[in-house]
Amino acid sequence: MNASFSMSRRSALQGLAALSCVPFARPLLAADAQVQTQTAALPGNSVYQLRPHLIDQNGSLFAWDSLRGQPALLSMFYSSCDMVCPMIFETIQQTLVALSAAQRERVRVLMLSFDPERDTVTQLKKTAEAHRCDERWTLARCDAATARKVAAVLGIQYRRLPSGEFNHSSTIEMLDAQGRIAAKSGQLGSADPALVKALRAQLV
Amino acid sequence: MTPRSCRACRSWLLAFALALVAWGTAAQAADYLPLPAGRFESVLPQGATPNSSGPVEIRAFQMRRLPVTRGEFQAFVLTQPEWQRGAAPGLFVDARYLLDWDTPLQPPGASTDAEALLRPVTQLSWFAAKAFCEAEGARLPTWLEWEYAAAGDEGRRDARGDPAWRRRILAWYERPASQQPARVGRGLPNVYGLQDLHGLVWEWVEDFNALFIAGDSRSQGDPDLLKFCGAGALSVIDRDSYAVLMRIALLSSLAGSDTTSSLGFRCVKAIEGDQAP
Repeated sequence: MNASFSMSRRSALQGLAALSCVPFARPLLAADAQVQTQTAALPGNSVYQLRPHLIDQNGSLFAWDSLRGQPALLSMFYSSCDMVCPMIFETIQQTLVALSAAQRERVRVLMLSFDPERDTVTQLKKTAEAHRCDERWTLARCDAATARKVAAVLGIQYRRLPSGEFNHSSTIEMLDAQGRIAAKSGQLGSADPALVKALRAQLV
Repeated sequence: MTPRSCRACRSWLLAFALALVAWGTAAQAADYLPLPAGRFESVLPQGATPNSSGPVEIRAFQMRRLPVTRGEFQAFVLTQPEWQRGAAPGLFVDARYLLDWDTPLQPPGASTDAEALLRPVTQLSWFAAKAFCEAEGARLPTWLEWEYAAAGDEGRRDARGDPAWRRRILAWYERPASQQPARVGRGLPNVYGLQDLHGLVWEWVEDFNALFIAGDSRSQGDPDLLKFCGAGALSVIDRDSYAVLMRIALLSSLAGSDTTSSLGFRCVKAIEGDQAP
């Protein structure tokens, strides 16, 4: 499915939704402009506007916005996945390898589990070791409602199947230093040149 | 007193007066009704293998009798100003968030329309709906909970097999939209006493981003195997439930910050004393 098809499907559906009600568009009032955002320093579309409670693979509280200040690669996964999730880890490793050593030092990786039942801190630690994740990587867990929120800001979709497996989109998201989604890639198995290029552009 | 502080004073008083009005409305409408646990066959596959059918156990829960109204949402944005139009960050709301309101604090027609505060709030994002529910110790329903609640008619817990009932709920989708949504509470109470699950607005669910349908599920090989880990395709068990399928199609097409003029919400809570598994 290509991007343009997906967009047209989506606008068609939103048009369908609008059928049952007329939109009440009107010009913005001057008063609207006076309302100031309270977090002026952080861009409105930064994912760090969210304040998720995350625990990392060492059992420590992980401050989501501690990623701020450098580009980061993010994805969501579950440890008992035996097919695509290992490929996400592998692809991120290859993406890092495609950078120079100096560039690589400035990138952080966050992998968030949407399987809080099975991805305990111990399991996250094991998964991190199995995928040779160094200190640049954080594997984190959170409650189910928080995982939904993070997935929603990242545009990641997942559902738990009755078997206990998960069905999920397997994209790798790249955030800029301010937490805005600067690139995303669905390519797995080898580093996506477009993602590497976008990452380098953040590291000049 | 300087003119500036006087103006601040006036706007504070106005906000206070609005809060009182909105609080009155909210206090009347926020009732939750219990739904018993039950076995339920969803239109989405819930069987042991990805695309097979199978009943699921739904835990008992309580659901708001009515969709959340503009008056209730006004009370919410008065107490949580970070959710006012213009204040909520773009990560959580799109550019049309509550754009139908006269001001960031005034629902449309609040000064002229007696029913203005009783119409369902729409044009709001999943994040905003979720924040509202959290503020009253509740959450959004899961898709399965919503579907379970909405399967009943006035007398039966599951009326979905009845062609007459299907035609009735479908009729709403055929009606051209030419006006604001009607006030809440006009629909007949269903078997649980819930109203307006059909025929008034679309409703957000907690797991809207679990309802994705793979683009090409008809082909034999699975081109989405890498795009979606696991079984990519979400097939549909009951293809005759058009009204419910349209809801799934809409929800699956949305991002969490999207808003539309006919998409509202209601909240659910656990039954008191029931511990989540």
